[in-house]
Amino acid sequence: MSTLSIVYVVLFYAATLLLIAGLARKILQYSRSPAPLKIPTTPAPTTTSGVAYRMAKEVVLFESLFKSSKWTWIFGWMFHFGMLLVLVRHLRYFVADVPVWLAAMQPFGKYAAFMMVAGLAGLWARRFLVDRVRYISTLSDHLMLALLMGIGISGALMTFVAHTDIIALKMFALGLVRLAPQPVPGDPVLLAHLAMVALLMIIFPISKLLHAPGVFFSPTRNQADNPRERRHLADWAAQLEK
Amino acid sequence: MAAAPDFEVAKLTGEITVPKLREGAMAGIKSFKANEKMQEALGFPGELVEDWHDRAIGKMGELLKKYRSLQVFMDACVHCGACTDKCHYYLGTSDPKNMPVARQELMRQVYRRYFTFAGKYFPKLVGAKDLSKEILDDWYSYYYQCSECRRCSVYCPYGIDTAEITMAGREILDSVGIGQKYTNEILGKLHRIGNNLGLPGPAILDTLEGLEEDVLEDTGIPVKFPLDVEGAEVLLVTPSADFFSEPHVESLIGYAKVFHAAGISWTLSTKASEAGNFGMFIGSYENMRKAALRIREAALDLGVKRVVVGECGHAWRVAYSFWNTLTGVGAGAPEDDEFARKLQAQLDHSVPQPAHICEFTHDLLTRGVIKADKSKNDHRVITFHDSCNVSRGSRMGDTPGGQFTIPREVIMMVANNYQDMAPGTTHEATFCCGGGGGLLTDDLMQVRVKGAQPRMEAFKDVVDNNKVNFLALICAICKAQFTKVLPYYGYKMDMVGGVHQLVATAIELPGLGAGPVEADEAEAEAAADE
Repeated sequence: MSTLSIVYVVLFYAATLLLIAGLARKILQYSRSPAPLKIPTTPAPTTTSGVAYRMAKEVVLFESLFKSSKWTWIFGWMFHFGMLLVLVRHLRYFVADVPVWLAAMQPFGKYAAFMMVAGLAGLWARRFLVDRVRYISTLSDHLMLALLMGIGISGALMTFVAHTDIIALKMFALGLVRLAPQPVPGDPVLLAHLAMVALLMIIFPISKLLHAPGVFFSPTRNQADNPRERRHLADWAAQLEK
Repeated sequence: MAAAPDFEVAKLTGEITVPKLREGAMAGIKSFKANEKMQEALGFPGELVEDWHDRAIGKMGELLKKYRSLQVFMDACVHCGACTDKCHYYLGTSDPKNMPVARQELMRQVYRRYFTFAGKYFPKLVGAKDLSKEILDDWYSYYYQCSECRRCSVYCPYGIDTAEITMAGREILDSVGIGQKYTNEILGKLHRIGNNLGLPGPAILDTLEGLEEDVLEDTGIPVKFPLDVEGAEVLLVTPSADFFSEPHVESLIGYAKVFHAAGISWTLSTKASEAGNFGMFIGSYENMRKAALRIREAALDLGVKRVVVGECGHAWRVAYSFWNTLTGVGAGAPEDDEFARKLQAQLDHSVPQPAHICEFTHDLLTRGVIKADKSKNDHRVITFHDSCNVSRGSRMGDTPGGQFTIPREVIMMVANNYQDMAPGTTHEATFCCGGGGGLLTDDLMQVRVKGAQPRMEAFKDVVDNNKVNFLALICAICKAQFTKVLPYYGYKMDMVGGVHQLVATAIELPGLGAGPVEADEAEAEAAADE
């Protein structure tokens, strides 16, 4: 295999490892830190199933964001939902036999790239056009958008403009899955696309992308409103009663 | 209102607009700092410690481990900007550091530098900074320009609650010797004497006797204001402002009339003569717990079956959300929890513990145990200001949102003319009065007046269009704040009052001799004294 192929194989194994280990570390940290007081933002559901429903609305529909800013909501939702469809479509490169449902969603997954890129463009525009959002934007906020935009555009280029050798790509992806590395295709657009994806995977657990696992652990959203009915006591707080 | 203010007060339009940001608009504004004595009374260093840098970072690390909220909130923000136009202090001052996300960033920049990979190795890229005296200074300015009202937490897609970060910021500041005079001095008084005003037992007794005389003179009915009565059914815990301040005391009279009319024996307590708990404001679990334990002790000493809380916003958040945790005032402690069980065994669990006075009165009015002549309030056109802590940090009744319906229903059961303010300024979207969270001090008057602007805009709208002349409140801080701030916006301070002031006006009191058994005993005692 060429040096290039070896670099990409190592890069993807390393990125996968860092993503999984990094996320596992953060999720463990979140789940192990105590929440000593009941602080759901009320009105809040009083039962666990109610909390699950509230969380589902938050994660699927971005309910709170809808309440706050319609523009951010529409762009944010377009980007995230578009990216979800795109990601699901990409599963086809990691399985030898593509199941019917995955084949059926192929066109949706393809065109979702435009939704994703349009959403990103809208979000990025807000960082320039709205003075308050401009004030809070850091260099890394812009670079993050650039990276996602780069991934989206390079991907769409290969789907709609300059087709890459998709058979060779699938061989490469399957090779990674089967722990039997195959050469990476030499298409520069594809190489750029893959490098940016690997970079995204690497920075995921050490950046603000932690909002993805974070939302599930947010006490203002995941606590049931029942402090009068049940006594809620953290271990360190219980020590004070000894 | 005293002399003309040395800052500009916006002219109200009746509409809330989002201002263009003006950097540094409130940078110089700081409340007075606590002195050595005030600091040490709470277990904090008296002045800035020499190793402030290491201690502050150490404290931050400790808090990150103790509070999942802080850890998640430090990581999760994506700078989406959803919160940027939600804070009343930003809307009123246009200082960008009063935008919730920017207020959070004051801490996050330090968190990143010391606790994250990106901040350690690429500080410029992610906006990470070494902790400096200038940053501590910024913290002191802006963590005391936040009223911990949680409005931002409603709108954040990850539920990031700036109040949690403000509390952590204040706790770190306190731990290196920088405290705020207003909050820490008052909390010290509460620990030492039993209430925020520093009223000793005899002064409370004297006031209550005076109130009994006043009510007797007004109504001809001997409504009692019992203090430290063992064996009473209800312990009423209310903000100490209710004993002395106007219009707070009118609500205290309302509570007393409700108990009298319902024939339920009750008592106030010198030990628990304060519902407020400024320990929450400074994020100090230990101080909050110490203050709350007074209520537990009073309930145990007096042997009461119910604990009811008077009109106070943050006090109700602490009582409703935290008392069970801190003191066991509540229900549902597991069998091996002797600490909480000791108290909970004594309480009547057919009613909520603790109960808000509005829940209590609402229940009595609904069941017809007490009655009101609504027409007595006909000279008033009433609107209701949802207190921030009640709205977003607590509940009343059995169902989510009871904290909005129950006080409104109480008002509508005692008065004919009611008008809500504009949607987007009520319920969970309510604006803080501008004086909550430890900002109710004259040295922050500019912050208070400007922070009140969004609420004042909504108020102007109903005054102009619906002839509203009464702003009904259920919070001692709201009452004090609006009494002071309304005149800056051209309104009379007597437009402000409590929900139980309205109850007091309209409630029908049983005549002499028709009172309940419990009241008879107290009356007999009073007669014997005379």
